[in-house]
Amino acid sequence: MSTATAAPAAKPAEGLFSKKNRKLITDPLNDNNPITVQVLGICSALAITVKVQNAMVMSLSVLAVVVVGNMVISALRNLIPGRIRIIAQLVIAAGLVTLVDIVLKAYVYDVSKQVGVYVGLIITNCILMGRYEAFAMGNKVWPSALDGLGNSLGYAWILVVVAFFRELFGNGSLMGMRIIPESFYAANGGAYFNNNMMILPPMALVLVGIIIWIQRARNTKLIEQA
Amino acid sequence: MNLVNIFVKAIFIDNMIFAYFLGMCSYLAVSKTVKTAVGLGAAVIFVLGVTVPVNYLLENYVLKQGALSWLGAGFADVDLSFLAFIMFIAVVAAIVQLVEMIVEKFAPALYGALGIFLPLIAVNCSILGGALFMQERQYSTVAEATTFAVGSGVGWFLAIVAIAAIREKLRYSDIPKPLRGLGITFILTGLMGIAFMAFMGIKI
Repeated sequence: MSTATAAPAAKPAEGLFSKKNRKLITDPLNDNNPITVQVLGICSALAITVKVQNAMVMSLSVLAVVVVGNMVISALRNLIPGRIRIIAQLVIAAGLVTLVDIVLKAYVYDVSKQVGVYVGLIITNCILMGRYEAFAMGNKVWPSALDGLGNSLGYAWILVVVAFFRELFGNGSLMGMRIIPESFYAANGGAYFNNNMMILPPMALVLVGIIIWIQRARNTKLIEQA
Repeated sequence: MNLVNIFVKAIFIDNMIFAYFLGMCSYLAVSKTVKTAVGLGAAVIFVLGVTVPVNYLLENYVLKQGALSWLGAGFADVDLSFLAFIMFIAVVAAIVQLVEMIVEKFAPALYGALGIFLPLIAVNCSILGGALFMQERQYSTVAEATTFAVGSGVGWFLAIVAIAAIREKLRYSDIPKPLRGLGITFILTGLMGIAFMAFMGIKI
């Protein structure tokens, strides 16, 4: 988080996609990933990764709320009194999440049913509060939008990777399409079984643990000195 | 459904951490020592036990469709449920602020130990999650909702204290370097979740 918070606001003369601004997007993808490094937003990340489609819908919802919320809070940052800023941030987040919830119910009702309470829980998703508090309160609108975008993309790729493995091995399909042919299954004379463990909650934790392991093995500066 | 059943179910089967991953952020961040874990766990039980009944009353007498009918016949089909998120989070934030002030006054040592994490209870997913599950499962009385809330809190408490105890012991283990800290905690939580699944299907 330190690199992101230390970045000063972009000068007006600076290009929209200057090096510093590009870094706002690329940094959270790996070195400063919200899930595996900052440990934020785990709550919803694990629960909705049974299917790739749900993971994508969830990521898009978070993307919308973080980017728009970051911009709104950044625009209002000089008007929000310090002492009640958390409540102000929560109310802005809750308003945006309500909008997202209504849109999901209107257009992708099935997914909205499956994702259930976790849409509401975006409000308390720590990525949201973390970015609002650590970045949007001290930076201009455009860098805040980029920071929100970068962090939600960092969140999204972990979600989609976890969901990929869980859906492929747990259900034999991807995005609802069958990958492992029906004829392979034991019920149809084959020798293949779905790994039901993958559908259950604990495997999501183990998978994220393994992703963290692989990431830290490749990117040794992230290893914890404990 | 009787109260004992709701209570046991909330602790073991629908455990906030192992079944729904709620409150993972503080669960991972504050579970380094048993002492702080106990403090945070107790705070979560308390905040859940207070906010869920309040939100229950709010839901049933203000927000639900037809909930306002006690105001008069004209309000019988007012449906304010789209305001649920904002109302719930406002209640949670206000009560957490209150708890913070009370703890600061009466238990300064605990306040020092919990530090930044007390305000973070407001954004602890398990608190808002408790309110949203209460709404989704439609408990029929305040007593049921409160029992569910306290049970969830106790489940969360058990989870965080257990993982903190394991992490204290882990200091003496030789874990592969990249897996140290966060990675092994995730995997351990997964294993504990599998163990907790043994409770599935228990009915009292």
